[in-house]
Amino acid sequence: MRYIIVFILLFAHWVIWSGMLDAFHLALGVISCGIVTFMSHDLLFKRERITSQLLTESIRFLFYIPWLMYQIILSNIHVAKIVLNPSLPIDPKFVWYKSRLKKDIALTTFSNSITLTPGTITTDIVDGQYYVHCLDQKVADDLMGGAMERKIAHVFEED
Amino acid sequence: MITAFSLFLFAIGIFFFFTATVGLLRMPDFYCRMQATGKGDTMGAFLTVTALALYNLHYGFTLSAVLVSLKIMFIAVFIFVANPTATHAIAKAGMDCGFEPWTRERRAE
Amino acid sequence: MQNFFIGAGLALGFLTLLCLYRTIAGPTVLDRIVGTGVIGTKTTVILLLMGFIYERVDMFVDIALAYALLNFLATISAAKFFRTRKSLIPGHKYHLEREAQK
Repeated sequence: MRYIIVFILLFAHWVIWSGMLDAFHLALGVISCGIVTFMSHDLLFKRERITSQLLTESIRFLFYIPWLMYQIILSNIHVAKIVLNPSLPIDPKFVWYKSRLKKDIALTTFSNSITLTPGTITTDIVDGQYYVHCLDQKVADDLMGGAMERKIAHVFEED
Repeated sequence: MITAFSLFLFAIGIFFFFTATVGLLRMPDFYCRMQATGKGDTMGAFLTVTALALYNLHYGFTLSAVLVSLKIMFIAVFIFVANPTATHAIAKAGMDCGFEPWTRERRAE
Repeated sequence: MQNFFIGAGLALGFLTLLCLYRTIAGPTVLDRIVGTGVIGTKTTVILLLMGFIYERVDMFVDIALAYALLNFLATISAAKFFRTRKSLIPGHKYHLEREAQK
């Protein structure tokens, strides 16, 4: 099962990137994708069986993206306001944020989301604790509200 | 219609590139500079590249045009994932070197 | 349309020059790395624009993707390389020792 999914993903990429649809190139693609699948099928998906959980996570992640987009637009307007203000109203500080996420993928998504949302960037993660650089006190309070973490915990089914 | 929309997206993207550059030049230390570039650059690149992918479709929905648009969108998604990661790596390098962040109080002293 | 793309490319080139100031004059190495990364992102977009200007998008899109990948790798590896270098900090005792040796 895992072999088939990896092979289909690889082959879709082959077709998109080569852009040639004649028999010779497709056959080359089948051969090379087959070899790569045989050698490294266990790199892409860590878990043994692909359950329905992966499907739920993917669908929920798709619903998470529009909210993230909205946050990113807000954050860009926030940064643009600060940068174009002649007095440069910033008061940078570091805060610790204790997270309850556990899976690697959830931690990575959360840190990238922090970086993309208003006025905060992740600098370090130590044992699930995020060391976050904030532009001023208001965005630090927004982060401490924990709305984004709840959304990500919902996406990756960690409660 | 598609052309006008993609031009609109492209103009907004260039505006965000502009704010990222101004932030890079004006902010006091490199943590704050990364605040500006990590967001403004990601958004600007995503918007401009998406606009180009849309504009590429205005010749008509032929197979090759759709393939090229898919490739361009792949670049957009890649930048979207890679840019925050690179920002994080630089910030962590700064932390490990022990750079002190700039604060209001220290400047007042 | 061609004129719009050329104008947009010129605007991005101008922004790249502004970023180049930070890359050259940045007080620390990490500022330079940030500046280089920003320039690389803009260059990716400029490469795509060149593809549209010369009407060879199918070729330039591959170049742009390779450039984006290389830019990411360069930033990551430079950050990793300078991670444990205490000599990056201005005024660190490494520099004082170097001064004393002179």
